[in-house]
Amino acid sequence: MPLGRDEKVPQLRLTAVQYGILGIFLILVFGLWRLQVVGSDYYSQLAEKNRIRNVPLLAPRGKILDREGRIIVDNYPSFSALLLRDSSRNVLNDVDTIAAGLHMDPDEVRDRVKKFAFTPQYQPIFLKDDITPDELAFIESHRNELPELETIMAHRRLYPKGGFMAHLIGYVGEVSEDMLNSPQWEFYSAGDVVGRSGVELSYNDILMGKNGFRRALVNSRGKEVGRLDETPAVPGKLLKLTVDIDLQIAAEEALGDRNGAIVAMDPRNGEILAMVSRPVFDPNSFAVRIKRADWNRLVTDDDHPLLNKAIQAQLAPGSVFKVIMATAGLQEGVAQTLQVNCGGGGNFYGRYFKCWVVSEHRTHGVVGISKAIYQSCDVFFYTLAEKLGIDRIAKWANLLGLGQKTGIDLPNEVSGVMPSEEWKIKNFKQKWYAGETISVGIGQGAVAVTPLQLARAVAAVTMDGKLQKPHVAFPDELAKYGVQNAAKIQSETLVPIDPQNWETITDAMAQVVEPGVGTAPSAHLNGIDFAGKTGSAQTMSNALAKRIGRRVRDNGWFVGVTPRRNPEIVVSVLLEEGEHGYLAARASSQVIKAYVEKQRARQNNQNLYRAAAAPGMEHLPVASEAVLTAVESRDKAVPTKERRQLLAEIAQPERRPDAAATAGLKPVLPSDEFFEMAGFYGEPDPDGHGEALHAARFKVILHPQAPVGMAVGR
Amino acid sequence: MKRYISFRDFDWILLGFVLAICAAGVLEIYSATVGTKFAGAHLRQVYWVLGGCFVMFVVSRVNYHVLLDQVPWMYVVSVVSLMSVLVFGQKDPGARRWIKIGGGIHFQPSEWVKLVLILAAAKYFADARQRELTVGDIIKAGMLVGIPMLLVLAQPDLGTSLTYLPIALMGLFLGGLRFKHAMAILLLGAMMAPVAWHVLKPYQRERLTSFMQPEADYHGSGYQVIQSLIAVGSGGIWGKGTGHGTQIQGSFLPVPQTDFIFAAYAEEHGFVGALALLLLYFVLLMRLVQNAQTAPDRSGTFVVMGVVAVVTFHILVNVGMVVGFMPVTGIPLPLMSYGGSSVLFTFLALGIVMNIRMRRFVN
Repeated sequence: MPLGRDEKVPQLRLTAVQYGILGIFLILVFGLWRLQVVGSDYYSQLAEKNRIRNVPLLAPRGKILDREGRIIVDNYPSFSALLLRDSSRNVLNDVDTIAAGLHMDPDEVRDRVKKFAFTPQYQPIFLKDDITPDELAFIESHRNELPELETIMAHRRLYPKGGFMAHLIGYVGEVSEDMLNSPQWEFYSAGDVVGRSGVELSYNDILMGKNGFRRALVNSRGKEVGRLDETPAVPGKLLKLTVDIDLQIAAEEALGDRNGAIVAMDPRNGEILAMVSRPVFDPNSFAVRIKRADWNRLVTDDDHPLLNKAIQAQLAPGSVFKVIMATAGLQEGVAQTLQVNCGGGGNFYGRYFKCWVVSEHRTHGVVGISKAIYQSCDVFFYTLAEKLGIDRIAKWANLLGLGQKTGIDLPNEVSGVMPSEEWKIKNFKQKWYAGETISVGIGQGAVAVTPLQLARAVAAVTMDGKLQKPHVAFPDELAKYGVQNAAKIQSETLVPIDPQNWETITDAMAQVVEPGVGTAPSAHLNGIDFAGKTGSAQTMSNALAKRIGRRVRDNGWFVGVTPRRNPEIVVSVLLEEGEHGYLAARASSQVIKAYVEKQRARQNNQNLYRAAAAPGMEHLPVASEAVLTAVESRDKAVPTKERRQLLAEIAQPERRPDAAATAGLKPVLPSDEFFEMAGFYGEPDPDGHGEALHAARFKVILHPQAPVGMAVGR
Repeated sequence: MKRYISFRDFDWILLGFVLAICAAGVLEIYSATVGTKFAGAHLRQVYWVLGGCFVMFVVSRVNYHVLLDQVPWMYVVSVVSLMSVLVFGQKDPGARRWIKIGGGIHFQPSEWVKLVLILAAAKYFADARQRELTVGDIIKAGMLVGIPMLLVLAQPDLGTSLTYLPIALMGLFLGGLRFKHAMAILLLGAMMAPVAWHVLKPYQRERLTSFMQPEADYHGSGYQVIQSLIAVGSGGIWGKGTGHGTQIQGSFLPVPQTDFIFAAYAEEHGFVGALALLLLYFVLLMRLVQNAQTAPDRSGTFVVMGVVAVVTFHILVNVGMVVGFMPVTGIPLPLMSYGGSSVLFTFLALGIVMNIRMRRFVN
């Protein structure tokens, strides 16, 4: 039916359209309600994450000082390249460009991105540490193209050059996944740089600071448009060691390039004064990130450069063990009257045992306990061992700390072995054969000790039985930092030794270095009461040597003290394949000599020290507080004009403190009103990152009032 | 026939709602562009709105029957201009949509074709004298709207070409579409969908799918969708306040003053503000439908309802896109989004509506 021109559109259809529009609007309102009412919190969080970026502020690790406050381990400013993931870019698209600019392998970059895929997105990934100036320039010039790249200044460890004290100090590295799984490290997070060995590990909690972070407002291009708040980084604390750099230098020089170890300890309190192990590694190569090849070379090296032999080498002590044998023999009342005729050897349990002296085509003749010690007569100690039996020997060796850890505050110490009947049954399910006791009598057989154990045991004998627990930190310093059980790192055990026995043994030890009398006459020190005991230990049986077709030379040992009774220092020397004990004795005497000379120089300058002691100072400083004050009171330490130049230099990233400055820490003993030393001083970083460090030589002027230092050139 | 028409009959209430929405738009454009390289856009928008009002008053004086009489050649010009865009148009990354006229003015014909189609469809359906549409009527109506649609689709501008569709649907519905024909059209549409899918450019497909799973392509086409959802959602009930929308001010939501103006508005004014704005739009549309009812003849009703269809479709697609219900198609929100073409088209269309209203008592 045709419609008229004026006929209206049906009202019903228009109403239907109105309802349709209402329906559409209700759907849209539902969409808004879903997002703005129901999902409000969720989307608010996302919006916050968009605009807020957490920029980490890295805390520098604490410096490590020697007992006199001289800096051993310091930090230097270094730049790291970061990859930000909270920017709106897909970083995987830029990997090739980034890798090329930072001289990295693209796959390595991808691997790192994958490794950190499950950490929160606002946490940046560390791409490369210690970047070079041209890599820094690359990042700066690609701010627009690669907004996800960022740099951060970090304080890196600057260790003494050439592996000086490397084993004692240890090194730092990124915390490994295995470590994170253990309860000790559960509060650390991936990427944290922690101590991995040595003091860096055992005192990590003190040395490691707490990273802070700055919350910054950013726009969609990742550009900072404002700052919200800042949780400042808490720098790690200073750690003062018991080590004396002067003695450490003497010990490093005494050992030279030979494999082995030297440990020097104050037997009065167990403070470690020096500790050297050879061969060395350079911890500076760990300070950033060690290359895989370098690491493999270190762990596969037969000489075990990473091993701190002072506490981790377990070797037969050889004749040094005779000091322990003599103690056991005298205390058990067996040795006093024992007289043995040494004809170059003797029969024990049906086997002939030689005395070392036959190699010189002579014999010892009639030998008593004293001569047995200073001439190191094997036959005497074979006889003594036979008379004592293994359990009485083991009893005294154990009392003197052998076969157990010394408890030093360094990681991964080993316990060594002190055999006994019980030990053999437990470990070998075999009976102890009396014949085995004979070898033990001269420190061979199953006996195995570390240089530190031997130093401690011999020291206890010369200290009238006072056995100390060795340690490298000061308990009172640790207590100041609130370390629990700080006092426990130092302790003393008394081993009952009769005074006359003590005198007999120590007098005999003094004869050891007496020309024409003892076994190490070349180690004699004029005017110094030096006593000790040599040892040379076979490292493999003659049968085994025949089989491999090569004779491995004996290990040389020496443990020396000064003075002979109640000594101030004990020095234990291990020369691997050092052949003769007297070579070890010479190394030991060098350290002893350095110690005595330093003490004497000190006493000759009493007035100087008295003048330097500021009110409230407990120890007379050579440098300690004076240097610290010099470093801290920057206004006085460096003239303003020079400061400005230094600031300008620090601003240039390629200007780094030269490690040589620390390595060349030659002690300058106080001669007049001042002395010089190498060290670092801090400057406020121009970028506001805290403190930048600069190497310098300091002239420290000692003065009745507060000590003032000044830089005297670099 | 009474020749005199008076501004007393002008729909001042409608204009009030329109200007309220425009004001909200200008405010939000200001908030979204201040401190960016688009700063000052709100002032240009004010000029567009004032120009739009002027155009509206002028057009409201023109008898819509005159316009309807001119429709055949206007339609031809439209089709020719769309073709010329395809041939001579300016490449606007990947698509030809603009013709440079000179003097820095760009002309986007597809926007004006919308208006011509509203008039053409109104004339076509008003002239159809049957109570119910025949299959032939449907096919002819389909071609009337379909030819310009395909031309715009070829630019390619999927979004704008889709805005032509509601004109045809509204005309069919009001013109007396039979139920079985409606079903047949739906079925045909469903069957055509896979074919259309193949015709689409890859980026268009991506846009169509990314709104359903924006996280799948966070840094690509899903980025805008996600940032829009974050903007709207983080606005909460009361909003963050003008100038305090972090998504907008930090430009995490890119170029919010055009297609995503509603997201910007919702972030800064919250659920309450967004609801109020939608209410304004709803009242505006209801007022338009009322004007359609009081239109002096069938063709007037069809013209007004054509405008209703286009405006409703824009709101549905744009706000739907902002809240994550619809794909990103680049369709502006009428009266709010920044841009001269969109503002002028809307006011022009409203001018015709005004003319129809003023003639309600004229016979």
